[in-house]
Amino acid sequence: MPNSPAEPARRIKVQRRGPLLVEGPVEVELEDGSTVRSDRFRVALCTCRRSRRFPWCDTSHRERTKSRRTDDGDPAS
Amino acid sequence: MTHDHEGPRLPEPRGPVSAAVKDYLLDAGPLPRPEAVAAAPAYGDDLQLALYLCYELHYRGFAGVPADREWDPDLLRTRAALEHRFLSALRADTPVHDTVDDALADLLVEPAEGDGVSHFLRDEGELWQLREYATQRSLYHLKEADPHAWVLPRLTGRAKAGMAAVEFDEFGGGRPDRVHAHLFAALMTDLGLDTTYGRYLDAASARMLATVNLMSLFGLHRALRGALVGHFASVEITSSPGSRRLAEAMRRTGAGPAAEHFYDEHVEADAVHEQVVRHEVIGGLLAEEPHLASDVAFGIDATEYLEGRFADELLGNWREGRSSLRTPVFSEISFIS
Repeated sequence: MPNSPAEPARRIKVQRRGPLLVEGPVEVELEDGSTVRSDRFRVALCTCRRSRRFPWCDTSHRERTKSRRTDDGDPAS
Repeated sequence: MTHDHEGPRLPEPRGPVSAAVKDYLLDAGPLPRPEAVAAAPAYGDDLQLALYLCYELHYRGFAGVPADREWDPDLLRTRAALEHRFLSALRADTPVHDTVDDALADLLVEPAEGDGVSHFLRDEGELWQLREYATQRSLYHLKEADPHAWVLPRLTGRAKAGMAAVEFDEFGGGRPDRVHAHLFAALMTDLGLDTTYGRYLDAASARMLATVNLMSLFGLHRALRGALVGHFASVEITSSPGSRRLAEAMRRTGAGPAAEHFYDEHVEADAVHEQVVRHEVIGGLLAEEPHLASDVAFGIDATEYLEGRFADELLGNWREGRSSLRTPVFSEISFIS
């Protein structure tokens, strides 16, 4: 049965570099058939495949430089 | 008059200005004289604690201090003088990027071999250093996201919707057991610390106080809404990779499941938050009020400046095997085995 035309399509935000942003909650089926779920209002799905928390983005897509930075902010906010 | 009998204990003063503010809160003396405020170093213990005392009245107050001291006009005048000293110093000392995009771009690059606090704790941090870190940060994390809630009425449209959505997530998405401040209290319990709000104010360094005073300053002034948004973006952008390193530090030292969970949750949450804050909150605010761009950049860079000072202090002490705390806190707790 087709979806009701009144039902808004789920919008996904795509970026050249960075995760897919999907409105939550989201259920993701993985290759091994298992599913994982996120209840967050928006969910960032990894597209670079480097995330250690795949399928969720962990910002591993970020560019890395050789320069050193001594100040790192307060993790966790 | 309503007295708050319950509430955090007032801290020990750290000089003439904070002593006078404390006495005034207890009806035991006059406010500090303008010359004393002018003479106190802007980032020093005395001025930062005095400002912290003024701001805390807007959050939980102190035991024995009347609740309506929050709007005492004389105290607000003193607070304004303290804020002026702090903000002028920040404006003078912070290297500010020319554009918001430049400021953000620098935050969005991860150093391949970083040597910040989270790198140190991941690679060689010992349990006592993780405890110190949590002790210092507890001043913020036990009221996590509270200072940023002040900005909501000052935003509209996309910026407001984005900010409110992130704050909702910070406050547990409607579930009290997922409130980030609550998750941090569980981390503190894992580390054998006292989770009482305000318990470690005496132990926290001036550089730590300054990072919290910055949020209160930006949050409480509508005129600084751009800076608050920039500050929030800076925190959210740098959080995710740093949280991953701290989660690893907690795992390596066997700190406990709640300690790991706090940072694991922030890896994932803040990877989302930084996207929303950049695209919706900053994007929305600057579409409505483009003239705030320089304030947004200032908020980003002032945060980095103060976080950098705090990181230098922690690492400087720890590399010498010294405590970063002003007062010892671990002798009185039972160490977890």
